[in-house]
Amino acid sequence: MIRPELRQNVYIRGDAEPPKFRVRDLDLFYGTFQALKSVDMDIEKNEITALIGPSGCGKSTFLKTLDRMNDIIPGCRVSGRVELDGADIYAGGMDVNLLRKRVGMVFQKPNPFPASVYDNIAYGPKTHGVRKKSELDDIVESSLRRAAIWDELKDRLKKSALGLSGGQQQRLCIARALAVKPDVLLMDEPTSALDPISTGKIEELAQELKKDYTIVIVTHNMQQAARISDKTGFFLLGELIEFGGTDEVFDSPRDKRTEDYITGRFG
Amino acid sequence: MKSAAALLKQKFAPLPSCDLKGRPFVNKPSLRKKLAEYKRHPFSLVMMVLVMLSALVTAAIVLWIVIHVIMQGAPNLKASLFELEYDSENLSLMPAFFNTLIIAGMSLLIAVPVGVAAAIFLTEYTSSANKFVAVVRMAAETLAGIPSIVYGIFGMILFVEMLFKGFSLIAGILTMAIMILPLVMRTTEEALRAVPDSFREGSFALGAGKLRTVFRVVLPSAMPGIIAGVILALGRVVGETAALIYTSGTVKAVPDSLFGSGETLAIHMYTLSSEGLHVDEAWATAIVLILLVLVINGAAEFISNKFRKRY
Repeated sequence: MIRPELRQNVYIRGDAEPPKFRVRDLDLFYGTFQALKSVDMDIEKNEITALIGPSGCGKSTFLKTLDRMNDIIPGCRVSGRVELDGADIYAGGMDVNLLRKRVGMVFQKPNPFPASVYDNIAYGPKTHGVRKKSELDDIVESSLRRAAIWDELKDRLKKSALGLSGGQQQRLCIARALAVKPDVLLMDEPTSALDPISTGKIEELAQELKKDYTIVIVTHNMQQAARISDKTGFFLLGELIEFGGTDEVFDSPRDKRTEDYITGRFG
Repeated sequence: MKSAAALLKQKFAPLPSCDLKGRPFVNKPSLRKKLAEYKRHPFSLVMMVLVMLSALVTAAIVLWIVIHVIMQGAPNLKASLFELEYDSENLSLMPAFFNTLIIAGMSLLIAVPVGVAAAIFLTEYTSSANKFVAVVRMAAETLAGIPSIVYGIFGMILFVEMLFKGFSLIAGILTMAIMILPLVMRTTEEALRAVPDSFREGSFALGAGKLRTVFRVVLPSAMPGIIAGVILALGRVVGETAALIYTSGTVKAVPDSLFGSGETLAIHMYTLSSEGLHVDEAWATAIVLILLVLVINGAAEFISNKFRKRY
């Protein structure tokens, strides 16, 4: 049920296909602090959904409710409903590991394992039971190709991933996430630690990947949201203030606070 | 591949004093310039001299001991010391040497898995605010600070008198295992805590479970630190006397089984020198003990570097 006062925040679709994620009345607490306040959102398949808002507004927290990465934070409690393809991901029978296989995540700071490029990519598939060397080789190559970094790395697969540049590390992390064949890719400010050229490459990559994946990206950079996303959600103090097509949100925001934020009056 | 000699030459070749255009380097001030700098900050100069002296004194003391031991012991290193069986003629240290290896190896075999597992539980499976964890940690810290003779008396009462009815290697092994357990646990815990959470997150986000994350990502990253802790523990066992005299005893032979009594190198040294008649042989034994420790440390350094260098 969507409460009437929140209806304005929900993007209403024309066709009948269900959204990839359906989030309803989601509350999240860190201890006694309420970090998310009744968030409703539909995230569509094969689109890039950008989440913007000032620091501490809850956008990263929201992102992490989608693959239950908040579960590992002590004192973090979630109520409400998050559906992935119609199934409640917080329901009792949900296998969190399988959920995270379907919903990949790329972090703000590139976090390759202290291992070789090859082992970084192969870690995920091995986790999910791929043992054959030839199969792993194929996955490593195709994942690196998908992340547009194969040509740069094909001669250094056995070298340490920690020796790569920041931009390469982040694309390696994207490749690592793709290697377990997810449907959804969550990106938590993936370019905030990168230079403009690496940022451009990752944005291009996101555009390319949305053909096959559903992408949700948290960003501090409003130009980035405007450039690459189909939908934009604006968070403020734990509330989803506005959610809709990126053009609408940026060109004719319905809420005064959204307008103030995107025109740079605060945040 | 260059030859080793060429590599060494390259490594120790003097750096040029000027750049390719013949200009002197400007960012490396001469000693006189540096001292002139310090004129304005005399306290900095004093501190620099003090820290330098401290380092020198530390190194000098170690060097002094080693040289002294070698000078006293080397003339007494006779072939008879290395005969397989001990008798009152040859004063062989070999039985003690083997006992040392047995006690050290077996006590590590017991203490390392338990200590590492306990550390994994404390860091990976409990939150830092947990009361139980605080109690366990405090207990471990206290245990690590208890003098070894206390472990010796405890081991004597529990293992020697109650369980095995007599001095035995196994009593020594178990006592040593208990003694080094808190040390292994604490150092492993530190090493695990030093592994960035981003590694754990990266693993969880790929759908890996806790067990896989701990064993495939966290433990390998912490390995150099864990090995350092194991070395410390090993050093304590090899150098232990008090606790072992009361548990494994002072018999100068390798027993037939773990239930027989046998002494380690450190105790061998103690008995030789305390009797007053064989101090020379005690010095020679000391050389072997120091060598053993050096070899163990070197091996551990090598292994730990292997882990570090792989990535």
